[in-house]
Amino acid sequence: MAAPAPLLSVEDLSVEFRTREGLVKALDRVSFDIHRGETVGVVGESGSGKSVTAFAIMRILDPAARITGGRVAFDGVDLVAAHEPELEARRGRDLSMIFQNPRTALNPIRQVGRQIGDVLLRHGGAKRGEVRARAVELLAQVQIPDPARRYWAYPFELSGGMCQRVMIALALACGPALLVADEPTTGLDVTTQAAIMDLIDELARAKRMATLLITHDLGLAALHCERIVVMHAGHVVESAPTAELFASPRHPYTAKLIAATPGPGISLEELAAIPGSLPDLRGELPACRYSRRCERYAPFCDEPLPLAEVGPRHTVACGKPL
Amino acid sequence: MDTLLEVASVSKRFPVTVKGSPRGSEHFLQAVDDVSFSIGRGECVGLVGESGCGKSTLVKLITRLSDTSDGRIWFDGHDIGTVPAERFARMPQRALIQMVFQDPTDSLNPRFTAFDTIADPLRRLGRSAGAGEVAKRVSALADMVGLPRELLGRYPHQLSGGQKQRVGIARAVALEPRLLVLDEPTSALDVSVQAVILKLLESLRRRLGMSYLFVSHDLNVVRLLADRVLVMYLGRIVEMGTVDEVFERPRHPYTRALLSCVPEPGATGAGQRIRLSGEPRSPIDPDPNVCRFYGRCPDGVERCAQEMPLLRSFGGVHLSACHLA
Repeated sequence: MAAPAPLLSVEDLSVEFRTREGLVKALDRVSFDIHRGETVGVVGESGSGKSVTAFAIMRILDPAARITGGRVAFDGVDLVAAHEPELEARRGRDLSMIFQNPRTALNPIRQVGRQIGDVLLRHGGAKRGEVRARAVELLAQVQIPDPARRYWAYPFELSGGMCQRVMIALALACGPALLVADEPTTGLDVTTQAAIMDLIDELARAKRMATLLITHDLGLAALHCERIVVMHAGHVVESAPTAELFASPRHPYTAKLIAATPGPGISLEELAAIPGSLPDLRGELPACRYSRRCERYAPFCDEPLPLAEVGPRHTVACGKPL
Repeated sequence: MDTLLEVASVSKRFPVTVKGSPRGSEHFLQAVDDVSFSIGRGECVGLVGESGCGKSTLVKLITRLSDTSDGRIWFDGHDIGTVPAERFARMPQRALIQMVFQDPTDSLNPRFTAFDTIADPLRRLGRSAGAGEVAKRVSALADMVGLPRELLGRYPHQLSGGQKQRVGIARAVALEPRLLVLDEPTSALDVSVQAVILKLLESLRRRLGMSYLFVSHDLNVVRLLADRVLVMYLGRIVEMGTVDEVFERPRHPYTRALLSCVPEPGATGAGQRIRLSGEPRSPIDPDPNVCRFYGRCPDGVERCAQEMPLLRSFGGVHLSACHLA
């Protein structure tokens, strides 16, 4: 059976940061893909490389970072090899991003409606005379009450939830094929979080948009993603369909992560902690970057890591999977 | 259970100016409105609600960093609510109410070593002790919270998130307080260390016999630690009861909505979600006869706009303020 080509295919992506304390190997041969209309979650602790992955896909990494290898094939084009003018033409039109803190991501001294208008004008999403009407329409689409009046609001005049809705309107203005959402609801209330996530779900479904949801919240990923990619210290350790990941995690880190997430039916005694911390990503690193925290460590874990396919679309990078 | 803290009909209003209102007219933002509850000795009470619901203001009133507009606060048999905040700083009760803050990076002095941070309350509020005694006590506290002694000389930027929060907890328990106010103590931490910190807090409560007021928006975490829970909405407590009662049989539509929005790991697919539409009502000069949740409430009826629902009992300590409950 010839599966359709994925919309986004990240292959062996490696990223390093030059710092005063040495070279930080932030991503090491990260691979996963996303099909049209699919929502894929990337989960892991802070420092696992989730956001670096998102920034690398968008090619908006810090100047100190360098992509040292791999490809990001998007709709047949390798974004790693693409030049800035091509990237500029695609960002906001074909792929766009929602950032964690909407207040700092929006321009504080420009009315939110105009910021949406800027995106429309840049990518020819609307004619000059229709930009305002279209921006108001987009604000209405993300369920901002009284959109014609809110068009003129500055970010500081809106609540955090409202700002995030504006960010979503901004990201979706030109109907991108891929949305990268980097912790879109962190810091928002649970009720607002539910509303924002429902909104992203709905719009993604209506437009067959693919979504990459980056989150530290396993519960949130479970609720909204078809597949989940688990990252640890710059490695993808496991990737599986959501239900399967929770029912039978194969990587010891995934299992720990699930056991460490509070939820109903789990008592404080049962709640697990993950021993140790992320390894220092400078200098020499063991083949398995989780081995020093792992209870199942065996000497052969220091051999180069096998990436095993343990089920349909279920891969695990572990020498001794569960 | 013996009562440690008693909060009776406490309110806090802030004067505000409203654009376009006539000169000389007075307007007030009602941050906390007629709140009453108590915390027993050794009890852990959770406080949940959205941002802007008045949780932080209520915490400031209880820790006596801010003065009440109305109502009384009794702590350990003393009326502390009527003492102006500046005077309270010199009262012996000041040492008995301590706080652990949300983000250990923001709440630790970057120019203090871990040692100085933990020693600070001992030097300021402790019974005047010599340097040797303070050092001994700091070491004992570090052991108690599981902070390796060799880290005491480090500055906050040299510590991990979990270690910083241990320093924050050691500082808070240094004076052996009766009441510890925990303001989202794990929300800035990774899930890998969350369990360790929560278990530490639980064991310290048992060992030192403290009471906790646990403020959090993460209901899954509140469920783990709290005995009872208070649900706040726009300045008022809309429901309270034991964790089991409130989580299993929520009576207030806001509590139900809140619970239905909590993502549950493992439970894939959207369950029965209650969506709240519209914006919350304005906290400025709220109509005392209209339920604060009216307009956003999925069940609201005419009566809700004519008569403020008051807390009534649903058996035992389970109270809810809804006409329709």
